[in-house]
Amino acid sequence: MDKLIQGRAYVLGDKVDTDQIIPANYLVYDPSKPEERKLFGRYALCGVPPEGAGLPDGGVPFVEEGAESSEYRIVVGGRNFGCGSSREHAPLALAEAGITVVVAESYARIFYRNSVNGGYLVPAECAERLVEQVRTGDELRVDLAAGTLENLTRGTTHKLLPLGAVVGILEAGDIFKYAGSVGMLG
Amino acid sequence: MGSTMTEQILARHAGRDSVRAGETIWIDVDILMTHDVCGPGTIGVFKEHFGDAARVWDRHKVVLIPDHYIFTADEHANRNVRTLREFAAEQDLPYFYDVGTERYKGVCHIALPEEGHTRPGEVLLGTDSHTCTAGAFGEFATGIGNTEAGFVMGTGKLWVKVPETMRFEFEGELPPYLMAKDLILAVIGDIGTEGATYRAMEFVGEGISGLTIEDRMTLCNMVIEAGGKNGVVQPDEVTFDYVRRRTAKSGTKADFEPVYDTADGGYVHVSSYDMSRLEPMVARPHSPDNKSCVSEVAGTRLDRAYIGSCTGGKVSDFQAAARILAGREVRIDTFIVPATTEVAAALDTERLNGQTLREVFEGAGCRVGQASCAACLGGPIDTFGRLNEPLACISATNRNFPGRMGHKDAGVYLASPLTVAASALTGHITDPRDMLG
Repeated sequence: MDKLIQGRAYVLGDKVDTDQIIPANYLVYDPSKPEERKLFGRYALCGVPPEGAGLPDGGVPFVEEGAESSEYRIVVGGRNFGCGSSREHAPLALAEAGITVVVAESYARIFYRNSVNGGYLVPAECAERLVEQVRTGDELRVDLAAGTLENLTRGTTHKLLPLGAVVGILEAGDIFKYAGSVGMLG
Repeated sequence: MGSTMTEQILARHAGRDSVRAGETIWIDVDILMTHDVCGPGTIGVFKEHFGDAARVWDRHKVVLIPDHYIFTADEHANRNVRTLREFAAEQDLPYFYDVGTERYKGVCHIALPEEGHTRPGEVLLGTDSHTCTAGAFGEFATGIGNTEAGFVMGTGKLWVKVPETMRFEFEGELPPYLMAKDLILAVIGDIGTEGATYRAMEFVGEGISGLTIEDRMTLCNMVIEAGGKNGVVQPDEVTFDYVRRRTAKSGTKADFEPVYDTADGGYVHVSSYDMSRLEPMVARPHSPDNKSCVSEVAGTRLDRAYIGSCTGGKVSDFQAAARILAGREVRIDTFIVPATTEVAAALDTERLNGQTLREVFEGAGCRVGQASCAACLGGPIDTFGRLNEPLACISATNRNFPGRMGHKDAGVYLASPLTVAASALTGHITDPRDMLG
């Protein structure tokens, strides 16, 4: 995993569910086919209601019309990020759009596991209510080794919570690489 | 010191005498289920990592149930069913319920028990968040992603963090105007959509013992709406009777070893409900924990009513709706979607006052669809019952997130089949007590 990620923030609110991250009508595409996998980047976060898309102002598209990835690098969310369905297409869509780290107050369990086991992105947690301190477009630097998020636009630094039990899988890359590294796959 | 049901099941599947909440362990899986939406991705992961010639770890433990996007002209959706078909043939999988054949079932979470794939004390993983439904049979059941499922396909194993257990005690008898759906909406409203994140939700008490197996399925089905990892009900004669009949009929594995809660405390949460004192409930847009009593929102105008899905599309759900709809006419578009083909067949054999349930629904002016997930999760634009406009809909399904049933600006109210049926008759949210004589 990349331990140092810098780029512009895209800020969302609480309970951003998987239907908002990737609406169900796009689940017809097969992520194991490269030409269809790319489409998930195009439609990432297209189900977020306009008022919640790119806080605090809202109405900010995550991916520009016709583009396949986002100009934002870091998603900042509130509580229970990724709640709802088990669709792995959700972290996959964010990853296809160019996101390698999400920083939220808390995650729904399956989204968290999918992010880690599939090696899509790092689901980092911050105890502070960042969605009220970071504005969409702010330049952020996440340092996973130091456990910090720096807001370069505002000159503030926020502490991230330790990654915990999943750090081995995150460092290996995904569940297959991890299982291989501990001799489980023979 | 005893253990919760979930701890005992996970310990047994980790080859350990006991495990404690918070431990991360590897477990052996009894059944892996996938469907048309996540199956192709899962198969892709499996082949990428284990090779094109790889075989699944146990062909009797992999169950493929196409159910999401079945009756649609969408070419990708149809291709996904073909992908499952080719994989089932290649791997010689005995439990593939193919579209367009007599074996076709419909909604996986109802099909799994009907076809004898749920047993007390087992571990069932599925690529669908509502896999937790099977906790009703006294097993550990939870939803996983494609990568995890691809891993299980090749190894039969997965890592889990042993969850803490929350205990929900129900006493009293379920009044005729309430359904299990009202109970679980009350619980979700009380603890919130992340109230049970990483936790097991155990439903206990005399009230639960008195529930049918279908009611118990409804309870466990929606634990994911509170963030729960799994829901679980202690097995009893009701469970054993159902499981024995179904495994005998399908010729699936018949033996099982039930577990019972032996923990003497240590739950992270305990709350009690008197079923006789609860009210019919709704969850208002756009979150399943947006709880109101029906009486508080009665009169809210509606455009559509929908009864179906793994949550509200079982035989008992339609029997309940028929009690209200019999001999009356709906005032708004009302969609009836049986979860499985077996439920669909029951609409023609189950009777109320001499009429079949199908006759009751058609006589009331409802539209009856074919067994599948249909509009519960929106799906392709031509999906039966999909909200293609910003309508207000009352639905017996499980989620009311923005856009969940189709249009981003539609508003979905979740309620029991009784409340949905009563509301269909008036065109506004209506207390079923007003319609039950």
